[in-house]
Amino acid sequence: MMQIKPILAALKRHKAGTILIALQIALTLAIVCNALFIIQQRVDRLSRPTGMIETDLMAIQNRWVGIDDEATAPLVKADIQILRSLPGVEDAVSTNSFPLRGGGWSMGVRLNPTAKKPITQTTLYFVDDHALPTMGAKLIAGRNFRADEVVTIDPKVFESSPVVIITKALADKVFPDGSALGKQIYITEGAPSSTVIGIVERLQVPWNGNFANKFEGNSTLLPIQLSGNFSAYLIRSKPGQLASVLKAAPAALFKANRMRVIPSERGVRTYADVREQAYKSDRGMAILMGIICVVLLAITAAGIVGLTSFWVGQRRKQIGVRRALGATKHDILSYFLTENLLIGIGGVVVGAMLAVGMNLWLMQQFEMARLSPVYVIAGVIVLLLLGQGAVLAPAMRAARVSPVEATRSV
Amino acid sequence: MFVHYAQLGLLSLRRNPLLTALMIMSIAFGVAASMVTYAVFRAVSGDPIPQKSAHLFAPQVDNWGPQYNRKGEPASAMTYTDAMALMHAHKAKRQTVLFQVLMSVMPTQGSGLPFKSAGYATYGDFFSMFDVPFQYGQGWNAQDDDNRAAVAVISRDLNQKLFGGANSVGREIELEEQTYRIVGVTEHWDPKPRFFDMFNGNAYTDASEVYIPFTHAIDLKMDTGGNNSCSGVGNRGVGWDGWIRGECVWISPWVELDSKADADEYLQFLHAYAQEQQRAGRFSWAPNVRLRDVNAWLEFQHAVPPESRLSLTVALGFFVICLVNTIGLLLAKFMRRAPEIGIRRALGASRADIYRQFLAEAGMVGLAGGVLGLFLTGLGMAGAGMVFEPQIARLAHLDMSLVALTLLVAIGATVLAAFYPTWRAAQVQPAWQLKSN
Repeated sequence: MMQIKPILAALKRHKAGTILIALQIALTLAIVCNALFIIQQRVDRLSRPTGMIETDLMAIQNRWVGIDDEATAPLVKADIQILRSLPGVEDAVSTNSFPLRGGGWSMGVRLNPTAKKPITQTTLYFVDDHALPTMGAKLIAGRNFRADEVVTIDPKVFESSPVVIITKALADKVFPDGSALGKQIYITEGAPSSTVIGIVERLQVPWNGNFANKFEGNSTLLPIQLSGNFSAYLIRSKPGQLASVLKAAPAALFKANRMRVIPSERGVRTYADVREQAYKSDRGMAILMGIICVVLLAITAAGIVGLTSFWVGQRRKQIGVRRALGATKHDILSYFLTENLLIGIGGVVVGAMLAVGMNLWLMQQFEMARLSPVYVIAGVIVLLLLGQGAVLAPAMRAARVSPVEATRSV
Repeated sequence: MFVHYAQLGLLSLRRNPLLTALMIMSIAFGVAASMVTYAVFRAVSGDPIPQKSAHLFAPQVDNWGPQYNRKGEPASAMTYTDAMALMHAHKAKRQTVLFQVLMSVMPTQGSGLPFKSAGYATYGDFFSMFDVPFQYGQGWNAQDDDNRAAVAVISRDLNQKLFGGANSVGREIELEEQTYRIVGVTEHWDPKPRFFDMFNGNAYTDASEVYIPFTHAIDLKMDTGGNNSCSGVGNRGVGWDGWIRGECVWISPWVELDSKADADEYLQFLHAYAQEQQRAGRFSWAPNVRLRDVNAWLEFQHAVPPESRLSLTVALGFFVICLVNTIGLLLAKFMRRAPEIGIRRALGASRADIYRQFLAEAGMVGLAGGVLGLFLTGLGMAGAGMVFEPQIARLAHLDMSLVALTLLVAIGATVLAAFYPTWRAAQVQPAWQLKSN
């Protein structure tokens, strides 16, 4: 530590190199902090549970061809009967949408039917009494729908349902005191109320974009089968039989009725595929940021090795003189380590400011969250350690310089 | 002389292979990361219809009011009521409104399964407004619009599927159980982003295959195959009539206007229309209208996905670090040769000679970095599908202009980075170096 003054004096003579290393450390810190933060945000997002048991689950999206929208209800009913009776199928349900599907129906929830502003948003899943067992969603209060509560409705005239099951997230939002069960809510302005008969632990909405972040756990299940051109089927296979059901289910549907389109893309998917496709860009972004972090750190380390090696080469004579005057190998080693630490500290101070500045800019441009200081601190430690590690090899080479060098003229 | 410097450079680069490799990799990684992300960015931020983008406008009328609209902006689509008012007013040179339709197509021959085709219900002006190229026939005319005729324009791909690519104009096609007469077959036409249908999130989806008259679709009470947004207004209204008379938006309007004066005049018209609605008691707020041309519209609709801008930003930052790194390494490399520089200067080389020699050396590093970078860019393009949506990733190509740009940026940036180290090298005092030797 006593060496700091001479080190500073020496650094003054290498202003350009010093500034370049410090600048590189600063920029690297700024980018690595923000990249790590982006990775963490994306990983957080893609590891959110849907609230369903996702193994042995698959989805089929079906469109009817040449059939009046009002006349599809019996066909859907027939489809569901076929699916439920297939060997290997545990249960199946017809719904308008499902978590991570991408498209769905959302409404505002009100306690006062004439309130202008709803309390919050919810997605509507139009299902029947088989939804909970098929999805594997956990009912934590109340009861499931009864078969006799299920009705068919034309989506164009839908207003509300006498009974609904809602998620805990929605229940807590609308009834913060935890008294949702048995209460009335309004899902359409001015329409009749719905009684909450059950609460499920969790069920994600169909969307995973930023716009849905505020209500990503707010789902409402209704005992209604919508008539119309489109229907989605969720199918739970018996354990381990998903692969065979994946083939058998669409075949059985086409055998029963050919007047349908099940698109080749995204028509028949395991739920694992649904999840992968929904979070593709999140995972991709995390991977890209990861690669950039690793390459950046490698390049910065290599740059430090390169410049320090040059300095060691340049100062062989001075090192020899110091050794001849009694400096130990350890003194030389610690000289270069301390020098690097000083440059590193300069770099990370500027870098921390840059990291925060870059985050502010990203927040403004890309609706990112505020960078947690943990990332800056972690980044600072990583870069200082990286610097010390990178300088170790050239510093050790310097320490091996023999005192005889002092006497050589070249 | 340049060849001589290049040889000297090569010799010097070979002397410290590690340092040289480090510089080359640094440049290569930096330039490759920038190029891959730039290629994607270029693909999504391009002008989809450059010859006309300044003359095509998307009008907007706020029918939701300050309570329900988003941050004061009118909805991104229109109600049936407003769309029809614009069509009937006929204030622009050309105008169309459109909504997405998703229709089942019956195969013409054999027992093939029916399939779904996506397209648009629109007006005949659509084809001339958007410069749709035709393989056979042409779009329908205003008369067909007025007669609510059962005519259709299909795409080259659909024509291939149904008629084996033969001229199908005049033949019939069965869509949703209805028979249409084909009047035109388009060439492959798929502007990216699909500026005229941003409302349905269709900026980068597959090309549309079929077009039918809007008036006919309305007669059939055809439901939109795209989005329908009712905002805080709540429900759709009861039945078909309730829906199209209600305040839900689902129709995208477009007008073609030749000059700035025409555009101003049209904006005036929109304003007057909104005022009239206010007087009639439908709007309880002051007129809030917009008229955006294609590029302004794309910006407003965030056509460039945030992933693309974010990754381009990070990649450029990455490139800057790589350049800083290169400056440092070049500085080390050049200054180590101070004795050599001293001798050359003493033997009569001018400062300019030193500049030329070292910049040539840097140029070679840049070239090598560029070539390696090109390879990495190719690799990155193949992997772009992992980061971006596949439909966006496949828009990015490694074409000749990108190859040239990669090499140019690599060499240019390296030479630029070399200026400071070279300047330092040229400052070397020959006497000082000779003395200490």
